[in-house]
Amino acid sequence: MSLAQALLTGDPGYLPSRREEAWRWTDLRGLIRVLPPPAPAFCGDLPLASFAAPFPTEEVVIVDGQGPTGLDIPAGETRRISLRLINAAAGAGHVGRVRVSLEAGARAVLLQTHEALAGGYVGETQIDISLGDGARLERLVLADDREDAVSVTISDVRLARGAVFNDAVLTTGARRQRLETRLTHAAGESEARLLGLYRLAGRRHADLTSLIEHESPGSASDQLVKGTVDGQSRAVFQGRILVRPGADRTDARMGHHALVLSDTAEVDAKPELEIYADDVSCAHGNTVGTLDDEALFYLRQRGMSEARARAFLTEAYVSAVLDGITDQDLQTVARAWLAREAAP
Amino acid sequence: MTALLEVRNLSARVADTQILSNLSLSLPAGEVHAIMGPNGAGKSTLSHVLTGKPGYEVTGGEARLDDQDLLALEPEARASRGVFLSFQYPVEIPGVPALTFLRTALNAQKKARGEAEVSAPDFLKLVRAKAAGLKMDFDMLKRALNVGFSGGEKKRMEILQMAVLAPRLAILDETDSGLDIDALRIVAEGVNALRAPDRSMLVITHYQRLLDYIRPDRVHVLAGGRIVASGGPELALDLEREGYDRFVDLAA
Ligand SMILES: Nc1ncnc2c1ncn2[C@@H]1O[C@H](COP(=O)(O)OP(=O)(O)OP(=O)(O)O)[C@@H](O)[C@H]1O
Ligand SMILES: [Mg+2]
Repeated sequence: MSLAQALLTGDPGYLPSRREEAWRWTDLRGLIRVLPPPAPAFCGDLPLASFAAPFPTEEVVIVDGQGPTGLDIPAGETRRISLRLINAAAGAGHVGRVRVSLEAGARAVLLQTHEALAGGYVGETQIDISLGDGARLERLVLADDREDAVSVTISDVRLARGAVFNDAVLTTGARRQRLETRLTHAAGESEARLLGLYRLAGRRHADLTSLIEHESPGSASDQLVKGTVDGQSRAVFQGRILVRPGADRTDARMGHHALVLSDTAEVDAKPELEIYADDVSCAHGNTVGTLDDEALFYLRQRGMSEARARAFLTEAYVSAVLDGITDQDLQTVARAWLAREAAP
Repeated sequence: MTALLEVRNLSARVADTQILSNLSLSLPAGEVHAIMGPNGAGKSTLSHVLTGKPGYEVTGGEARLDDQDLLALEPEARASRGVFLSFQYPVEIPGVPALTFLRTALNAQKKARGEAEVSAPDFLKLVRAKAAGLKMDFDMLKRALNVGFSGGEKKRMEILQMAVLAPRLAILDETDSGLDIDALRIVAEGVNALRAPDRSMLVITHYQRLLDYIRPDRVHVLAGGRIVASGGPELALDLEREGYDRFVDLAA
């Protein structure tokens, strides 16, 4: 069952439904009765990337699933790449797949933007990321989907020995949106940091699901997801870390923290750590709270309007996530994105 | 002439408990008044009602600032009209550098008053000068507001904010508690430096020591939710000697 299968066959019977454990909070079967027609080939001019300014790079553009199939970075090379996934056709469906592979010792900084030129689209994109021995990838994903869109993005990440993957996913959600990460520490001594930040309002939905598998010894995973839900929005966090037999000396951390800003918003969280190895160090935390009234009054007493004070506190709440971005340009882009989202 | 702050027969309750009953107080412009009183008397409640903290219900009376109804205004509108509260328990705001917070607050107030916002360099100059006056390490202002600050550092931060925001009516709720002897003197000097003909202060304290530095024009005793006695600075000395017993009887 997958959205891609349903789109390719036109058969809604393939849509994931809430009866499946992994999709119980992101029901697509109940939402989509008829699958949209496939997107026509794109002809026209693309707008310039809105975040290109502080980020000089080569650009890879995929429109409605069509475009280059892969990006290969040879051993020892360093690149800065902007990967633009553009939804262009209104009310159309598309399936895309792209490969990002770094050979041994290669380094890359990747800015992945999900952009929309029109609404009502239904799309699934899979990104296969592989990092060779000692390779290092830092990625920032800005998922700017439309409120009436259905969008599934799957990042499948494989880390070879000593590889380092530093990932940050920022989203405002969609009608239904799933940003899924499957990551495997395949050969040991690798490191992954998965950061997530969501700001949901209106009737938007975002689902950050991840499966991190430790198959080999001495690797580290550090996941931190923070977000806010307002209006009637709904956030889903499903994080699973699986430490397989033999993956000794694994270090795994997972944190998910959400602020609920309205009575009608909802957060569903399911953090799971499963450990079948020895000498594993693990920590996880999951909190769902509301804005602190004392803090809110403190800010208003100093002269900020209630709206400004709320925006101030929520921005402060989530911004800690961005501290984990090490590349300065990506850091700047991420902060600008958050500031735009926080403007009252 | 009416006083800068005029409180008449103010009654207020919180969660169905009557805390203030018929409290009256007149604070002329340029004066500093001290409020003393036993724990639980309603001193902080008065400061919260005057600044508009949600959760308090005014059941009678009025409070006027410059002869304008204060109680009808939102907390932020009171702030931009010059009402400042130094909190008994300052709040920690993770993720927000103190400098960013203070500049946002100052500019929000200026905007509400229709004044030009202060530029980043001018703001830094202003804060540097005020921080130096209070012997505060400027680097502390780059840290998240009050997070991990000691009790005394938090109180100093309150006074710094007051100095930068330059209010018309400052309410200091136990700003002296938690301060060491040197800090107490520095904070008191900071308060004295802000004395001005068009600025008034309400200093809530349990200790005569602070009043040795900040010579109040008048001292009020708040017990059982109202002002039960008022007098000159010597009243504070009486209280120090005799305690609150006779006033608590008065309040009953
Ligand atoms: N939310 C609340 N619900 C019920 N009672 C409250 C609430 N807040 C305050 N009170 C009560 O109101 C009374 C006055 O409290 P307040 O904090 O104003 O006293 P205070 O004079 O400032 O005391 P202190 O000197 O200890 O600071 C106390 O008895 C307190 O327990
Ligand atoms: Mg008090």
